[in-house]
Amino acid sequence: MRFEWDWDFTLEILPRLLVATGNTLLAAGTGYAIAVVLGLVFALAQRTPWRVLTVVVREIVEFIRSTPLVLQIFFVFYVGPQFGIRLSPWTAGMIAIGLHYSAYLSEVYRGGIESVPKGQWEACRALNMSTRDTYVRIVIPQALPPSIAGMGNYLVGIFKDTPMLSVIGVAELLHTANAIGSENYRFLEPYTLVGVIFLAISLPAAGFVRLFEARVRRKLGL
Amino acid sequence: MSLWEFLETYGPLIASGTYVTIVQFLLAAAVAVVVALAAGLGKRSRNPLIRGLAVVYIEVFRGTSLLVQLFWIFYVLPLFGISLDKFTAGFVSVGLNVGSYGAEIVRGAIQAVPKGQWEAAYALSMSPAKRMRRIILPQALVLMLPPWGNLLIELLKGTALVALISVTDLMFQTRQINASTFLSAQAFGTALIVYYILARFIITPVMRWLERVMARRLGRA
Repeated sequence: MRFEWDWDFTLEILPRLLVATGNTLLAAGTGYAIAVVLGLVFALAQRTPWRVLTVVVREIVEFIRSTPLVLQIFFVFYVGPQFGIRLSPWTAGMIAIGLHYSAYLSEVYRGGIESVPKGQWEACRALNMSTRDTYVRIVIPQALPPSIAGMGNYLVGIFKDTPMLSVIGVAELLHTANAIGSENYRFLEPYTLVGVIFLAISLPAAGFVRLFEARVRRKLGL
Repeated sequence: MSLWEFLETYGPLIASGTYVTIVQFLLAAAVAVVVALAAGLGKRSRNPLIRGLAVVYIEVFRGTSLLVQLFWIFYVLPLFGISLDKFTAGFVSVGLNVGSYGAEIVRGAIQAVPKGQWEAAYALSMSPAKRMRRIILPQALVLMLPPWGNLLIELLKGTALVALISVTDLMFQTRQINASTFLSAQAFGTALIVYYILARFIITPVMRWLERVMARRLGRA
């Protein structure tokens, strides 16, 4: 009767999994913070007058987007030591996941910036605004609302991709479930609980993103 | 060791891994397309049981991680008497995961077919099944091909995870080479480039070509 659900075991391992959930959320949050900033850098770099920079950044973004995140995590973690740079699993994981999602977010920003009507740019030009003011005061505030849905989806996406960090030993949810499973020779409860915890967080989060988007739109009178 | 020597020594291993990755990709894509069609149509069904099943499937697979699903299907499902070998568990998990995203694409594309087409089919007193098969789906297919192109790249990336249940794909072979030689930059770098070539120079052009062919068949090119 190996498939019988054991409630005592469930209650015993739940605290450990909840601590690991904290780590998972921390990893997702840190990775996302990196991605939000770096994504903007990637997006703006593709709008500079220097053709070479634009093309190079475009190719980098395409490359990051079309290769698997697990492989990128391994690459960052193992290639450093070969050249004398030692990274902890956490650091390597955050760099890899942050870089991966910054490529996705740069596309979201790019779409947002491109959705700002041309007349807005021309008006800034006519008012003799500096490039910095044009972006900070006119373009980015208008580019943000159409980007919110995409940004929110990738926030949920980064959360769901954190289990890949377990491959280099970051003690997040799946890593902890693996450890519990092999200590007790029971995988039913830990893996199922991990699935339930993911559902319990990502479903409300997705709903919240939709609500937030509607609210921002209403506030800006769109 | 130069990159050239590296490729001479480990090229065959990388090639055999790439072959397994391509097979996993094709099988997972087949599972994804079938499941996405079934769930996408199921979500529009009038039967609440079918609709409920489709919604539960979509939400569960979209709400959790592919890696968790893969481990669950490979390690937990056997306890319920359903044992899949690692190769099958690999492409089935990836296919089911991507299929849940594809289901939303299918549903969206069906809804985007103009209302007049539905009404015209109704006016010609076509049965619902015939209307879907002959009128709606062919037009929806053209609409859904571009988003499927992106999704198939996600699927290719997803297949890299099957290495973690020891399917001997490109990712798996690369890790083996890394573990025995410590030539991390060469091993992982080569694998990154192979995945990039598959995504950018094979999947994307094939999907573009398919889009053109389908558009021509509907007389829209």
